[in-house]
Amino acid sequence: MVHFTGEEKTAVTNVWSKVNVEEAGGEVLGRLLVVYPWTQRFFDNFGNLSSSSAIMGNPKVKAHGKKVLTSFGDAIKNMDNLKGAFAKLSELHCDKLHVDPENFRLLGNVMVIILASHFGKEFTPDVQAAWQKLVAGVANAMAHKYH
Amino acid sequence: MGTCRSLGAGAALAEARSGARGCTMVLSAADQAAVRALWRKLDTNVGVYTTEALERTFVAFPSTKTYFAHLDLRPGSAQVKAHGQKVADALTLAVNHLDDLPRALSALSDLHAHKLQVNPVNFKLLGHCLLVTLARHYPGDFSPALQASLDKFLSHVIWALASSYR
Repeated sequence: MVHFTGEEKTAVTNVWSKVNVEEAGGEVLGRLLVVYPWTQRFFDNFGNLSSSSAIMGNPKVKAHGKKVLTSFGDAIKNMDNLKGAFAKLSELHCDKLHVDPENFRLLGNVMVIILASHFGKEFTPDVQAAWQKLVAGVANAMAHKYH
Repeated sequence: MGTCRSLGAGAALAEARSGARGCTMVLSAADQAAVRALWRKLDTNVGVYTTEALERTFVAFPSTKTYFAHLDLRPGSAQVKAHGQKVADALTLAVNHLDDLPRALSALSDLHAHKLQVNPVNFKLLGHCLLVTLARHYPGDFSPALQASLDKFLSHVIWALASSYR
């Protein structure tokens, strides 16, 4: 089980409190689909994903990105029990959506990069380290119910 | 991770299987242009950013420090800065040889494989932290398209660096 120190939790929540979940969600999911095009395999019904600008402007990408980041926000309220917090979503992504958990790790790293671009100086190595721990914990929690 | 330029399907496949350096993975013209343009912008500061990337790697992924037990890894360390410059020089070499990375990086590959014996998984961690560093310092430039080009460039460098391993 992942244990977060007080400093790590503070580093995460300080950043998160300033994140616009709707904007950031679209950004994170959009960049995942642009930088790692094979992830588009899960979004056949999203319409136009033919170019970087099409993807970043796609309303379905934005909406789904918001959903994903909202879940992240719920996780941040449950940092001491990520596996419990993500149990249902893990089952869904395995049984219904058939998503390779490796993609959760890719998404986590894209998120860290976007946070760096938004927060600049504030995104120190220590803050990054706390976030790397969180996204790794979330990815593991999301993979936990796979069978 | 990339496709081999076709030398005739059979030859390319054979070379890919043998892992021989004859199989060249080449970035698209657009990706090459994007990487070169960024490198011109970074100019003499590449070392600053690779040093920061190293610092971030050591903090976020502590297992990477096991390769540097002989160095002072505290923030601001002159030794880390010196190593950061070595990494910068290697990446600049790569940027100047985008059409032939395996050959350009073959000496470095041999070094990391046979002398330093670094598990290649660590190159990916440093690559990620370099992207974080560049996003932090150049947010206005760091479009999805540039991120994609850089990510691909780094994965090609990593592939070339790991090509001597076995």
